[in-house]
Amino acid sequence: MLLEVKNLSVYYYTLSGVVRGAEDVSFSLREGEWVTFVGESGSGKSTVAHAVMNLVPSPGRIVSGEVLFNGKNLLTLSKEELREIRGKEITMVFQDPMTSLDPLRKVGEQIVEAMTVHGVPEDEAKERAKELFRRVNLPEDRLEYYPHQLSGGQRQRVSIAIAMAFHPKLLIADEPTTALDVIVQDAIMDILDGMKEEGTTIYFVTHDISLAAERSDRIAVMYAGKLVELGTVEQIVENPLHPYTKALIEAVPDLWKEGEVRAIPGYPPDLRNPPSGCRFHPRCPFFREGVCDAEEPELREVEKDHLVACHFPGGWRE
Amino acid sequence: MSEPLLKVENLKKYFPVRRSIMESLRKVPPRYVKAVDGISFEISRGEVLALIGESGCGKTTAGRTVLRLIEPTDGRIIFDGTDITGLTQEELRPFRRRMQIIFQDPYSSLSPRMKIGDAIAHPLLVHGLADKEEAKEMALKMLRRVGLTPEEEFYDRYPHHLSGGQRQRVVIARAMILKPEFVVADEAVSMIDVSMRASILELLESFRREYNLSQLFITHDIAVGKLIADRIAVMYLGKIVEIGPTEEVLRNPAHPYTMALIQAVPSIVARRKGEKLRITGEVPNAANPPSGCRFHPRCPFADEKCSSEEPRLFEVGHNHFVACHHPLL
Repeated sequence: MLLEVKNLSVYYYTLSGVVRGAEDVSFSLREGEWVTFVGESGSGKSTVAHAVMNLVPSPGRIVSGEVLFNGKNLLTLSKEELREIRGKEITMVFQDPMTSLDPLRKVGEQIVEAMTVHGVPEDEAKERAKELFRRVNLPEDRLEYYPHQLSGGQRQRVSIAIAMAFHPKLLIADEPTTALDVIVQDAIMDILDGMKEEGTTIYFVTHDISLAAERSDRIAVMYAGKLVELGTVEQIVENPLHPYTKALIEAVPDLWKEGEVRAIPGYPPDLRNPPSGCRFHPRCPFFREGVCDAEEPELREVEKDHLVACHFPGGWRE
Repeated sequence: MSEPLLKVENLKKYFPVRRSIMESLRKVPPRYVKAVDGISFEISRGEVLALIGESGCGKTTAGRTVLRLIEPTDGRIIFDGTDITGLTQEELRPFRRRMQIIFQDPYSSLSPRMKIGDAIAHPLLVHGLADKEEAKEMALKMLRRVGLTPEEEFYDRYPHHLSGGQRQRVVIARAMILKPEFVVADEAVSMIDVSMRASILELLESFRREYNLSQLFITHDIAVGKLIADRIAVMYLGKIVEIGPTEEVLRNPAHPYTMALIQAVPSIVARRKGEKLRITGEVPNAANPPSGCRFHPRCPFADEKCSSEEPRLFEVGHNHFVACHHPLL
């Protein structure tokens, strides 16, 4: 296993109470696969992705759990040890590339610096920067541009080029295409596909399950801070077992779907005070009193590689 | 056929590009960004036209110009038989009530210090359609209508207490309280989670049924367009390049750009489709658009004619028009 996350919980200590952003999340990623985490805003998908890098923003705190990367717990490493791994073996791209780019410096300088801090000689870094720009389809002259002179899509290409610099083992991509037009999105996804072909494991986060379905090997569905279902794309898309996964698939506008799109009734819960039992129970059409609201369902394997946290998985078929 | 509710003829909006001091001293002629460069379309009563395109194609400017929130450079806007292009703001007032806009960003289009109930009641007071008490009564009813219940409780909340989806319901409620005949919905669901989009679209659809509401639905997402629109217009760099009935445009796209847009949309049903039409690069700068067909530098089928001669819209199928020298049909 390249990455093993065990019982990870992240809470945000806000003035209005403790927000249980992610709770008891466990999963693992195999080397070379593409796993996409899907969920609505506030589902905890981004929180977990940041926690894996030990980068939870304040007032958030990792309250428990382990993140094992090649067997090493990233949460107990020293800052220096972590820095050696981050940016080299594990890299990250964000929804807004400006969060990782310096607006006052040319993008070429920034990509070169990303390499020199890890000990690459400057001349070599400059050569590699050109090569990386070619790989993300940016003309070489863009190295001399400042971030604000580039379009959103081009900026995202720059941050991916930086993330590619060391041929990372793991790329964490948190909604990298959400702000982009579909044609640009498609091109960015192709670049990530190329990284995967060269052996990088892709940990992708999105709110759009159709985007997940097109490129991933496996899909993890999160709801209200919990991992509720995990399986191969075929299992999740063709045979969803959690009512939330089913609802999510039916709610997505899809160009090629016949029939109507059904909205999910209600809203995600307030995570300062999540519902008892299964957190989806207040919105679940298959809710059974005395079970779903009383007991929290465990994530368990119901068929090979297919895990679900529901008392009545696939219960609507009966 | 009955007269369309809205008729837009050869609408143009050019924005001047700021010249540097040196340029003005050297009397360099002013340049313009041709954000909207001669578009024409009609919308019937109760009809939804989706205006689709990437960022920078001019769709947002088009929507605002139609409502005269931005003054057009040229062209005509005819609403319910009246040419409103040259009306003064005072003369426009009665039309303002009948034409509304729903903005993309529910965060910035609501005042953070106004209770959402008051925000919804506000247009009634502005237009003098109700006194304070009546307006509150109607706002409460509208809150209920858009699914923000219990309405008494929601009335007193502030925007920051609401989720993105709930805020968008407030924005829709505020636009609908005047019972408009026409609304421009500008990326009304783009900022909300995919899972919430369907419910917002359903809400708009219910107002179409109730008010026979016509809509210009502006979106970059053709899959959303498919759900809500009777017809689709595809815009590229200030021009409409294809327009036709939704089903027809999606099944038989005639413009290579429309085809590329369709194929780039992720789909659960059509996972990993076959070969895609590859188009490269990004939308060029509208201050300096390519010659001939504006899409030609990115088009895999472009030839000499495409770079020299601008294609005009012509009919390729029933009510289906395309501006392309080498249509796919």
